[in-house]
Amino acid sequence: MVRVLLNVPKRVRAGEPFEVKLLISHPMESGQRRDTVGKAIPREIINHLVCTLDGEEVLRMDLFPAIAANPFLAFSAVAARSGTMALTFTDDLGVTQTETAAISVE
Amino acid sequence: MTGERAMPRRRVLLTAAAIALPPAAAVATPAQVTRLIHDLCGEAVPREGKVKLDLPLLVENGNTVAMTVSVDAPPGAVDSIHVFAEANPLPEVARFQFGPRAGSPRVSTRIRLATSQTVTAIAKLRDGTVWRDDVDLLVTLAACIE
Repeated sequence: MVRVLLNVPKRVRAGEPFEVKLLISHPMESGQRRDTVGKAIPREIINHLVCTLDGEEVLRMDLFPAIAANPFLAFSAVAARSGTMALTFTDDLGVTQTETAAISVE
Repeated sequence: MTGERAMPRRRVLLTAAAIALPPAAAVATPAQVTRLIHDLCGEAVPREGKVKLDLPLLVENGNTVAMTVSVDAPPGAVDSIHVFAEANPLPEVARFQFGPRAGSPRVSTRIRLATSQTVTAIAKLRDGTVWRDDVDLLVTLAACIE
């Protein structure tokens, strides 16, 4: 489990784009670094993220080691009705984690 | 010294050199990025204009560089955005695919840059057109290695 901050507005207007901000506490080990004895540190990054709103896809992301540690992502979404925003990400070890936030449309 | 004896020795040296060298220097090349863009766009040639890649021109710390890529198009018109860095250990930076619930076609994140280079963003629109934007930037402190 890693710490995730998923920030969405409490209330949004139907059909109007709103900002989704995401911060994940993750080292995003690039696999390029070496430790103090010169041994390569194995790559361990979050390589895939999917953001959905009530099961409908908002954004699907493939990340590479060129994404900085503690990845921050900001993007835009549109809601038609109140629902749940779910963010699912997978790391190199195949571990999947999901984070949700309620979206209420006025 | 005869030729028959010189050849095996040369071969021995070559073999030794091959073992001593690190396995294929791990740096992407502009040619690799060109190939990836070709794989992505096929025969279509990406034009400049609609996609905008926002990056600082002078990067003081390559470990974390704020990047925003946006497309001048209505929500739903953009299929995907792809970002490449030609001199990073890996040429790919990120891929973003927009779904039916996507709002404005814009994504911000923070990236790593290994050295001064050109970063390229490619946007594929649903109408079949492809667009590109390149940013030539200077990196004073490199990332990825330390």
